Amino acid sequence: MNEKKPAIVCRCSDVTLEQIRDLIRKGYTSIDEIKRITRAGMGPCQGKTCGPIIEREIAQITGSKIESLAQHRQRGPIKGIKLGTLAAGGDHKHEE
Amino acid sequence: MKSKEAVIIGGGVIGCAIAYELAKRGMSDITVVEQSYLASGATGRCGAGVRQQWGLESNILLSKYSCQALEQMNEALDYDDDIEFKQGGYLLLAYGDQQWEQFLKNVELQHKHGVMSEIKTPEQAKEIVPHLNITGLKGATFHQKDGHANPFKVTDAYYQAAKRLGVEFLTFTEVKDIVISAGKVTKVVTTKGDIATKRVINAAGGWSNIVANMVGIDLPIHSERHQILVTEPVKPMQGPMVMSFHHSIYCQQTPHGSFIMGLGDPVNEPRGLNIDNTWQFMQEMSEIITNLLPPLRNLRVVRQWAGLYNVTPDAAPILGSVPGVEGFYLAVGFSGHGFMIAPMTAQLMAEHILGIETTLPISIYDLERYKRGELIREPNVV
Ligand SMILES: Cc1cc2nc3c(=O)[nH]c(=O)nc-3n(C[C@H](O)[C@H](O)[C@H](O)COP(=O)(O)OP(=O)(O)OC[C@H]3O[C@@H](n4cnc5c(N)ncnc54)[C@H](O)[C@@H]3O)c2cc1C
Repeated sequence: MNEKKPAIVCRCSDVTLEQIRDLIRKGYTSIDEIKRITRAGMGPCQGKTCGPIIEREIAQITGSKIESLAQHRQRGPIKGIKLGTLAAGGDHKHEE
Repeated sequence: MKSKEAVIIGGGVIGCAIAYELAKRGMSDITVVEQSYLASGATGRCGAGVRQQWGLESNILLSKYSCQALEQMNEALDYDDDIEFKQGGYLLLAYGDQQWEQFLKNVELQHKHGVMSEIKTPEQAKEIVPHLNITGLKGATFHQKDGHANPFKVTDAYYQAAKRLGVEFLTFTEVKDIVISAGKVTKVVTTKGDIATKRVINAAGGWSNIVANMVGIDLPIHSERHQILVTEPVKPMQGPMVMSFHHSIYCQQTPHGSFIMGLGDPVNEPRGLNIDNTWQFMQEMSEIITNLLPPLRNLRVVRQWAGLYNVTPDAAPILGSVPGVEGFYLAVGFSGHGFMIAPMTAQLMAEHILGIETTLPISIYDLERYKRGELIREPNVV
């Protein structure tokens, strides 16, 4: 891998592959723990991009099966939604 | 069977901080047992606000000392990361004469204890938060040294410091039972084996009464869901946490740029261990906040979640020993403000457990106060 260009795993929160691997080696071996320390998965996409990559890294480093890892919880909203739209009962016309 | 000096049940900020404070004072062989990962309970779900603007001497001092601890925490715990303590202040909004009178009394008391909060007119409040809608606002109080910290990092800082002092952490391990013999704690039964011990500390947050029941005690306590949401990050536009008891809301911008907001006193929230999220919360929250802080209507919510308040009859924690069960200690019932008082609370607990004179009186928080009728009546609580 190119030394100068770190691989970004979570583009929403700028988290690198190295950071993730470091944490897993230190014992933060669930997606929930890694998320809370690094913010990976806390951005607009809510882990839809980085989630699977982090799971794969955990599985590889800890030698466990991906299926056996604890999943992080999906919560609403499915897509970012403006507070103004919510306040208007979901009416997008209200938006500026 | 392994044997320990103390077993702490719960790896939230309270359990981790108590472990550190005990180890720091020389206790060895401590185990923290956490059923999930650290900060998986209320701690990692909270608004993480830290204020010293309270209406009782006890709360002012507890939060003041805790705030001082947070100011020093990165260095004191030799943390290799950052707890992200931002002291952007708390702006408390007053509506109506009665609330205003109370606020003025609170400020007087705060000043007596060196918490230099300031009284603000609605116009002055607007200078601090320019996007605040001051319609109907009677006045506000502001204290610059209030703020918020990152709850995962604070817990992580305590965890790492405690671990360096030899504390053992068993995560993804649940305490199933506590064995008592002749009125004394003797053993903790976990999903990963038994631990012999003379001391058990109940720091189980929303699950505290389940743990208390294991030693035959029923606490005057319940858990209730509280919901909260976060928006996408935007450029810095709001210094302080804005809090309104009238609307029962709080809203802050984190150093990272996102806004975090929640309802402090929701109607219709279920009791028990339910932490699902609801559409109703999103609706109610957004209606209040877009009225109070109108420009926020353009921010996108990226996630909503929920956590448990563990609530006592006077919304103040229960701390200390329990008559009849030697070696069993309580640090429970923190309602919506356990994070901000965690550092000093943990210190008091450690001092109490080790039989050292406590820095602040701890007996006012004992379980027996409900029988004595000596409730802690804090006017400034959500
Ligand atoms: C939405 C929300 C907003 C909040 N906002 C604020 C705020 O702005 N400021 C503030 O100061 N406070 C706030 N609070 C309150 C604060 O979060 C809590 O008071 C504080 O985190 C309590 O910490 P704790 O360690 O006692 O509990 P928790 O963090 O809940 O920790 C208890 C732990 O015990 C574990 N456990 C339970 N039973 C067992 C068992 N049998 N075996 C093993 N482990 C067990 C749980 O898994 C849990 O991790 C808020 C709370 C919520 C829900």
